[in-house]
Order: sequence, then C-alpha cells, then structure tokens
Amino acid sequence: MSRRFEVRLWVAQRATAVVLAACVVVHLAVIIYAVRGGLTAAEILGRTRGSVAWGVFYAVFVLAAATHGAIGLRTVAAEWLGFRGRAAEWTMAAIGLVLLALGLRAVFAVVAA
Amino acid sequence: MSALRVRVWRGGADGRFQEFDVPRHESQTVLDVVTHIQRHLDPTLAYRFACRVGMCGSCAMTVNGTPRWTCRTHVDKVAGSGVLEVAPLTNLPVVRDLVADMGEFFDKWAKARGQFKPTRTRGDDFAVVRPDDAARQEADAGIECIGCGVCYSACDVVKWNRDYLGPAALNRAWTLVNDARDAGQAERLRAVAGDAGCHSCHTHMSCTEHCPKELSPTRSIAGLKRATISLALSGEEP
Repeated sequence: MSRRFEVRLWVAQRATAVVLAACVVVHLAVIIYAVRGGLTAAEILGRTRGSVAWGVFYAVFVLAAATHGAIGLRTVAAEWLGFRGRAAEWTMAAIGLVLLALGLRAVFAVVAA
Repeated sequence: MSALRVRVWRGGADGRFQEFDVPRHESQTVLDVVTHIQRHLDPTLAYRFACRVGMCGSCAMTVNGTPRWTCRTHVDKVAGSGVLEVAPLTNLPVVRDLVADMGEFFDKWAKARGQFKPTRTRGDDFAVVRPDDAARQEADAGIECIGCGVCYSACDVVKWNRDYLGPAALNRAWTLVNDARDAGQAERLRAVAGDAGCHSCHTHMSCTEHCPKELSPTRSIAGLKRATISLALSGEEP
C-alpha cells in the first residue's frame, strides 16, 4: 500500500479515536442517567424512537467504531499474525463493513418509529 | 575476590551459552568481564568495542536479557543474583558470539534520509542558528545519539515489522527535519511516513527507557508523525 494510504489510515485511526472518546462519555453518562429509577425497554425506546438526534449520534458512534476497529485489526493482523498485503486489506475492509452493517441495523431498530 | 559466573553466547543464531568464572573487581564493567574472558580464558571469543568510555556506540550487547552499553554498565548494577548472561543484541543477525551484524540498522538510517543535505556552498557565509530557537532545541534533544543500536534491539515494532526503520533512524531524521540548513525535507518526510516509518510506532517507549544517552526517540517519532500529517491531508504523496 502507498505511503499516503498508510498515513491516511493513521490519521483516520486517531480522528475516530477522538470521536469515540466523546461518544463513549455521552453513552456512559446516559446509561447512568437512564438506570437511576430502574431500566425498562419501554423507557429506552421512548427516548430513542423517532429521535433524529439519537439516531445521528449512534450512527456516528457506529461509523467511528467500525472504522477504528477495522484499522486496528489490520495492524494487529500484520504485526502478530504476519497477515499483510491485498488479502489482508480486503479482509479488514470486509470486517469494517460487517461491523458497520450490524451497528447501523441496531441503531435503526431502536430509532425507527 | 570472589568469582562471577558468566554465561556467554557462542556461535551464530543457532549457538548456545558457554559458562566462565571471572574474578570480581570493584567498579568492574560488563565489558571488563568480556575482555577478561577473551584475554585470559578463551581468545576465540568475538566481541566489538572501541572507545570504552560511552562515546562510540560499538559495545552494546544483551546483558541479562536487557540491551545495554557494556562499557558503562557496572556488574554490580545488573548481576545482583551473582550470574551474568551476555548475548548479542536482538533484532539483528548474529555474526558470531557477541557480534551482531549492524548492516540493516545503519542501512535504515540511509533509508530514513539521515544524511545532511546542504543548502549552501563553502562560498556562502555561515548560517546563523540561534541556540534558543525552538527547532534547534528539538534537534539538540536528539543529536547526542551514538548509534549503539540499543533502542533498535529493545523495540517491539522492529521485531514485528522487519521493514520498520526503527527508533534511531527516525530520531536522526527528526534532528534533520529541525535543521534550518538542510535542503532534503520533502524527500525525508516521504521516506519516514507510512508502514515502515513513524506511523508504525506504538509509543511503547522501550527505546526511551533503554537509551543509554537518555534520549527520547519516542518524542522524535511523535514529532515526525505531526510533521507528516499535513502532507497526507494535502493530497500529495507524503
């Protein structure tokens, strides 16, 4: 892979880490807030259903996690398993897309009215 | 004087440890021990040294599992258990006994564009570089490297990625990136970016922990990461 591609992946990895840090803080804060009086599916769905804001928030969260995870796994596979090259690139891209699809499906399930 | 049990690596990569008993002396260094073995016990022992005072960087070896400069490492400091184990530097091919092949280590300095490329000729006046200039201070922080290879031997990323340029070569590149007189910057930043370069560093800081000159190649590599980001985002091939 070209140097530019490598550097862009590196930048994407750091940028998504920043996004994830913010998303995780919001996510944890909401969990603590949401469970203060007991936790029910109805209460969660009451907050998320039809909410564009929560839909966008969790879609961004999922996108960042899928990108960050795939790039990280690519590095782990290269360094620990010696799995590099075109096959590794496609494998990691596929893992990223699967994570993205699963995540967005879950977001859709709680946000769709 | 009591004797010190010393295990010394003999042969090439498939060699083995050989044991010697060496008399203990006050303020004895690991290099003193190795030299005693070669002069008095087994003249066929191969090892490398030159200055004996921590300037030349040629005597680095693996001492009780840790890469160190042997001329400035006191036996007292490392052989608390009474056993000293001396082996060649890891992450480099073994030539014989305690001699590692430093070829790839220094080839990577050249690959990282570690050569000074002048902007002026001898006909020009001297460049004025203020000692308190921020860039000069960055360069000064890394300039005392003696090229011993201890950081290269200590680095996990070198072990995992054989193309990785390594802490010393990247540290050298960073000192030149901060040299106002150098003309090779774009080429150098291209050379140190990417999978084999600064972006592979995981900031484990083994290089910084082990550097006998107490430099921080980790800091230099972080500087290179910052310096190369703009090239990546600009659309040019960094």
